Amino acid sequence: MSVAGQTTDLEVLTLCLGGEVFAIEASAVREILDPVPVTDVPGARAFVSGVINVRGKIVPLADLRVQFQMALTPPTLDTRIVVLEIELDGDLTIVGILADKVYEVTQIAAAALEEAPRIGMRWRPEFIRFIGKRRDEFIVVPDLNRVLN
Amino acid sequence: MSAVDPTEIFRQEASELMEQLEQALLDLESQPADRDLVDTAFRALHTIKGSGAMFGFEQVAEFTHGFETAFDQVRKGQASSSPALIAAALQAKDHIRALIERPETANPAIGEAILTALRQAVDTGTGQPAVQHSASTHHDHVSPGEQSWRVRFRLHPDVLVNGTNPLLLLDELRGLGQATVTALTDRLPALEDLDAEACHLGWELMLSTEQPRSAIEDVFMFVSDDTELEIEALSTGTVAPPPVVAQVQAAMAASIPVPEKKAVEAEAPKSAGSLRVQAERLDELMDRVGELVIAQARLSQLAWSGNDINMKSVAEEIERLVSELRDTTMGIRMVPLGQLFGRFRRLIHDLSRDLGKTVELVTSGEETELDKTMIERLADPLVHLIRNSIDHGLEMPDARIAAGKPAAGTIRLTARHSGAEVLVSVSDDGKGLDAARIRAKAEEQGLIAPDAKLTDHELHQLLFAPGFSTAKEISAISGRGVGMDVVKRTIEGLRGTIDIGTRPGRGTEVTLRLPLTLAIIDGLLVRIGQGRYAIPLSAVEECVELSAAKDESSQGRSFLSIRGDLVPFLRLRELLDTGTAPDPYQKVVIVSSGETRVGLVVDQIIGNHQTVIKSLSKLHADIETFSGATILGDGTVALIFDIGHLVEVGQAREERQRNQQKEAA
Repeated sequence: MSVAGQTTDLEVLTLCLGGEVFAIEASAVREILDPVPVTDVPGARAFVSGVINVRGKIVPLADLRVQFQMALTPPTLDTRIVVLEIELDGDLTIVGILADKVYEVTQIAAAALEEAPRIGMRWRPEFIRFIGKRRDEFIVVPDLNRVLN
Repeated sequence: MSAVDPTEIFRQEASELMEQLEQALLDLESQPADRDLVDTAFRALHTIKGSGAMFGFEQVAEFTHGFETAFDQVRKGQASSSPALIAAALQAKDHIRALIERPETANPAIGEAILTALRQAVDTGTGQPAVQHSASTHHDHVSPGEQSWRVRFRLHPDVLVNGTNPLLLLDELRGLGQATVTALTDRLPALEDLDAEACHLGWELMLSTEQPRSAIEDVFMFVSDDTELEIEALSTGTVAPPPVVAQVQAAMAASIPVPEKKAVEAEAPKSAGSLRVQAERLDELMDRVGELVIAQARLSQLAWSGNDINMKSVAEEIERLVSELRDTTMGIRMVPLGQLFGRFRRLIHDLSRDLGKTVELVTSGEETELDKTMIERLADPLVHLIRNSIDHGLEMPDARIAAGKPAAGTIRLTARHSGAEVLVSVSDDGKGLDAARIRAKAEEQGLIAPDAKLTDHELHQLLFAPGFSTAKEISAISGRGVGMDVVKRTIEGLRGTIDIGTRPGRGTEVTLRLPLTLAIIDGLLVRIGQGRYAIPLSAVEECVELSAAKDESSQGRSFLSIRGDLVPFLRLRELLDTGTAPDPYQKVVIVSSGETRVGLVVDQIIGNHQTVIKSLSKLHADIETFSGATILGDGTVALIFDIGHLVEVGQAREERQRNQQKEAA
């Protein structure tokens, strides 16, 4: 069953968060960085607790694991920062997200995309745009607009 | 260099001229006899007409010509600048603006109506019936019929470079009557010496005209300063003018060039030394300087971590240069506030007419300078505050007299420096804010609980709540409750704050506190726990040590005695919840915002840092403690404290403590 409104294949960047495979639309990705020093912002909401310097711009760093209630493991050699440019409330915003590991840029066929099931989910369903299926694994396409608000 | 659209240049020039025109007209209202003002207005009109025609704004040229013709009578002393004339002239000025900015929507009928009003105003000014106007284009009925003149003139060699077209002058002269023109080629250099851009020619005209000598002189009005001009009467056509008229004409002819020359002299040094630059280029320049400052900070850091003396001295040199470059760049962007204040005179003129209140505008501190971007963004909030003052603040004339005040209300616009801030205030001598009504309204709108205890400050802040209005009736001017919240948001966007002071029956003063610039500031870099933070140096008054013993003994009090004054202090470690133990030798940075001071306890003072202010993203818009962030020499990010907010927190704490003490007593 394909999802209404998504008739074309989705080009995505796949990455690992807390052991799950997530996919971010490739067109939103600006760059992928090795970990850089993070400045804590006291008083900020837990999932955007810090800012980083990306080529002279101050960019908030979001940890999606907080929103998906995953264990916050310390960074490893594979940890990366994916810098995204997404539309938040009508404004283009640059935001970095932490990834435990970045895999590849790939296509998910429109036919393989499904809406998140209402039940049997560990996560809040509104955070998820689609669940994609590729080979034997499930890929989570998060609704970043909702996750980051 | 990108090519510049010539019509854009005209638009810019015209908008400046129109500002001059408006100022002159408004000044004329209070000093109707001032010849200089009349001349300024006339000159502005004439230039708009001339360059309008040159750049293809035919409608503008045509309308302005009508305007000029009417106004010419004022210049000739045949009409006085009556209030009716000024009002019509201001409308005409607006119409010109409309013609330039939106030629397709401008209505010719409106233009015609305005011109008619102008003519009527001029004619009533002269006491002549309106019908006679048609004759007045040939201004001097007394003119002695046709007369022949020999006109010889040579323009300054540079005039072509400055954009004067001698052909237009000749055409204008030909327009006066019958003319034969001969070119004077005697000063033409040899071909190898010829500067193609210089004007080597002179001209001689035999002109027979009904117009007086002054009409011929007027043609040279705008080039007279560097022109050799001889006008010689050859023979009188019919009857010589009666001696009195001749005298008057001579006096008029003599009086015109004098103010003209004065004005030119006064403007000359300015025009020689100034340059029109597009605003975006300045913005780009500022961005580049910002990047340079960050790169320089990295260089300094590298230099100081090594042992190379030469490297260190170069780094120091560059640091000095960059800091000077930064100051110069910011200096370029500074614009005197007077420019902004000037715009409000018209607003007040119109408002006082619409509302039937007599209003006097008093300005001071026009020379105070502020960043250009800031000035632009300030215009709307100030318009709003002025409207509020006139509409809500000032009473009607009879109510004012009943209250023992002069019938005319006063709006005061002032600007002054206070440390690294600029204070811009709008004050009126009206009835003041009605605390009870604000309260009642706020309760009605559910903004506060009916029994809430509010300080004056908190009560005044309610005015900035969205949708809040105490006006009993909605007028065209204000009372819709949109606005004050927008004013507040704009000012906060500029990192400024708003204070309101009011005395019942005496008036209200709204003061905007604004930082000098938006882009780069000097910061004091401090460490709190593991994090580094910047405090705007301009807010810092002094740094003192907070010994462990003092810290202990002040627990729960959080007051520090600075030379006899009690200053509340905030332990930033607690405020930021760092979870670290305090350094053994903590420092207190005393900062001030306006009249209030507050101490900020930090673990370590690192030093001075040129801080390029970057805003925090939307995801951090909910954080009030910080006004922005900056990038340090090692590439990491440091947050910049919002002093206004910290002082507010300190104040609130102080008030709470005082209340507790009161209750305990």
